[in-house]
Amino acid sequence: MLKLNINGKALDIDADPTTPLLWVLREWVGLTGTKYGCGIAQCGACTVHVDGVATRSCSLPAGSVGAAKITTIEGLSPDGLSHPVQVAWAQHDVPQCGYCQSGQIMAAAALLKEKPRPTETDVAETITNICRCGTYQRIKAAIDTAAALTAASPASGKV
Amino acid sequence: MSQTMQLGRRFFLTTAAAAGGGLSLGWSLPEAAAQSTAGAELSIWAVIQPDDTTIVRIARSEMGQGTLTGLAQLVADELDADWRFVKAEYVAPEVNLANKRAWGDMSTGGSRGIRTSVEYVRKGGAVARAMLIEAAAAKWSVPATECSAALSVVTHTPTGRRLRYGELAAEAAKLTPPTEVKVKTPAEWKLIGRGVKRLDTADKLSGKTVYAIDVQLPNMVNAAIAQCPVFGGKLKSFDATKIAGMPGVHKVVQLDDSTIAVVADKWYQAKTALAALPVVWDEGPNASVDSAQIDALLKAGLDAKEAALGNKQGDFDAAFASAAKKVEAVYGTQFQNHATLEPMTCTAKWDDGKIEIWVGSQNGDASLAAAAEAAGVKLEAVKVHKHHLGGGFGRRGQQDYVRQAVTIAKQMPGRPVKLIWSREEDMQHGFYRPITQCRLTAGMDAQGNVTALRARLSGQSILAYLAPQRMVNGVDPVAFQGWNKEEFGYTAIPNVLIDHAVRNTHVPVGFWRGVNTNQNALFMECFIDEVAHAAGKDPLEFRRALMTKNPKQLAVMNAAAEKAGWGMPLPKGVFRGIAQNTGFGSFTAAVAEVSVSPKGELKIHRMVCASDCGYVVNPEQVAMQVEGSFVYGLSSVLFSKITIDKGRVMQGNFDDYQVMRLVEMPKVETVLVPSGGFWGGVGEPTIAVAGPAVLNAIFAATGKRIRALPLGSNDLGST
Repeated sequence: MLKLNINGKALDIDADPTTPLLWVLREWVGLTGTKYGCGIAQCGACTVHVDGVATRSCSLPAGSVGAAKITTIEGLSPDGLSHPVQVAWAQHDVPQCGYCQSGQIMAAAALLKEKPRPTETDVAETITNICRCGTYQRIKAAIDTAAALTAASPASGKV
Repeated sequence: MSQTMQLGRRFFLTTAAAAGGGLSLGWSLPEAAAQSTAGAELSIWAVIQPDDTTIVRIARSEMGQGTLTGLAQLVADELDADWRFVKAEYVAPEVNLANKRAWGDMSTGGSRGIRTSVEYVRKGGAVARAMLIEAAAAKWSVPATECSAALSVVTHTPTGRRLRYGELAAEAAKLTPPTEVKVKTPAEWKLIGRGVKRLDTADKLSGKTVYAIDVQLPNMVNAAIAQCPVFGGKLKSFDATKIAGMPGVHKVVQLDDSTIAVVADKWYQAKTALAALPVVWDEGPNASVDSAQIDALLKAGLDAKEAALGNKQGDFDAAFASAAKKVEAVYGTQFQNHATLEPMTCTAKWDDGKIEIWVGSQNGDASLAAAAEAAGVKLEAVKVHKHHLGGGFGRRGQQDYVRQAVTIAKQMPGRPVKLIWSREEDMQHGFYRPITQCRLTAGMDAQGNVTALRARLSGQSILAYLAPQRMVNGVDPVAFQGWNKEEFGYTAIPNVLIDHAVRNTHVPVGFWRGVNTNQNALFMECFIDEVAHAAGKDPLEFRRALMTKNPKQLAVMNAAAEKAGWGMPLPKGVFRGIAQNTGFGSFTAAVAEVSVSPKGELKIHRMVCASDCGYVVNPEQVAMQVEGSFVYGLSSVLFSKITIDKGRVMQGNFDDYQVMRLVEMPKVETVLVPSGGFWGGVGEPTIAVAGPAVLNAIFAATGKRIRALPLGSNDLGST
């Protein structure tokens, strides 16, 4: 039996501890906002926060997470829309097919938490998630906007 | 998406009263008229609820290209709906079927979503508007001509009385739809041409959008699949007993002579068990094929006597023989996978002779038909739940994964089975962009004017593989996209010969975003650059001289050049390249600015793209498609390739099938120069110019011509 803290809830989960966190989230817990794209930590569609750090859950055995706090896209903000990154994303109408966007948003949110005013290089080096629709230009613009929103209202940036 | 997405008109009307009243309005379509049901109301495009919510029905599929929003704009504009009230929902394929395909073509590809349905969806909106006005006029006992509609309100102009659409809808629905309606002129458009936000964004930011891979149903099981790694090979044997005790495993299912699946409670369990399942393949006659052999096959095609004619004017041979100066080059591109980020997936449930599927498909009708065929039931026994696609790019026009899910589900009666392909399976069992080589030859007179131009394609034909019945006397018209008579941009060249030596391999091929303009524009635009260089002329000026008979194309190229500041000084070390193309009914051009370090590191600083798609429905959406198509196009030009060894695909995942990431993203500026009078495609046309613009800029920077694509390990360095 796995004990995990997901989006603020302590859960007992009947999954093998070697199961990647991604599949525990999707198939055992039913949180499907976190996506499968590659299974080898290449594409970033499965990005979640583990104690606030952007983590590719497809390659992380769920049993290794321990008591760390897991946040998925469903837990990023209470209404699913009000985190500064989500607000900025809506403003720039970033998603196309949208499949990678949970991961992109989680990666961006973690970056902004660590570096509230990231440079272009910070963004380029940190946001390595794949988007096949090619929304990168709008992701860059939205991160700038999110940084500005967070600076204007620091409390709203807290997860 | 609301639940009403699954409801047909009849069903909706019978339940509307219980739901508080509503209006379903439609328009008879050309197809319906052809079935001698002219004038009958068979379709519905808009549903208006008492609170003014206006639901627009969408027959095409949303895969990121924005068609959901664009089509809704078209209907809502004619309806004079307030955009704030507009929502969109899919028409269910079985409802389309039951209503004699009243919603028309559901296939979503070839950048046709808007341009081929623009007339009938707008009429659907106009009919709705006319009925609402008539209902208001009847209520006020005034002539309809004294009433006008705007922002979901009908106003009686002389008295200023107003009624909301939501108040009128129930009465309007009882009226007979007018058979003749006039759609607006461009000057009257209020929503068409506006960069309104997409309708599908919010749920994509919160993780709430349910893609097919996210479907969760009571009692559901999951399936992982393996197909013979060598195309054309077969399944020889497997030993199901070896995995029988593994966690969650229910069953091993052999689907056909080359495919096997494991069904388990969870997909991760199915995948893990499949990896442990001993399988022996009979790899068959293709097991020794490799990319070198395929390259040699295509190379021979470049010299073949016989070839399918694509475009011809004048007498190339005679003109070339007397040319003062000659230029020749051979270009080549490799197979490309679609690599949609959501791998192939479909859920199916077989119950009491009926089949139900949950799928992201580029063609809802085809998914329904494929499910019926695989289940061995009539079309009427199928129900299809359409989900937004996690990428399509042409791959989800094929229905192989639907058939597989249904075949497995038949072995698990009463239980929904979700089939998910692993990334590796997806990478190795695609319908790849065809491998293609091209020899180009040009002859010039003493003044450097091009007098003769020839392009010989050699490579695989999509139609020969997917739809041989659409081949025309051995010619695959798709192979010449961008070079057909009505598209070719250089008609001022008096003598032109373009043909195609069809060279098919055992590798499955299929439609791929922008195919075949990707390859053709790259070949032609890089080569024209070579010819310009040989003539000692500026690439832009040189093209202008060849495009005097193609004014729209020329105008677009000029717009890109002007915005990019062609001819103006650039920062030290930065160089420009240009390319133009016509395809999918639109005119496009791009200018790239790049630098290459002495070590050979490429940086694309800026790209300007100009597009004339006739009328622009949503300029923001067009800009997004330009940006996105550049990423998709440049991925294939700079990084990705599918190669073959021992008959199978050598790449397995995003570690060896590299695609563009944010760090490589240049600044992309979109210039829209809509000339009006036509509706051109948007999702694909611009992809073709990205690659050649960059490659021509690389030449300007380094003097190196990259002719074997992708750029990959080509050394651009000068040290």
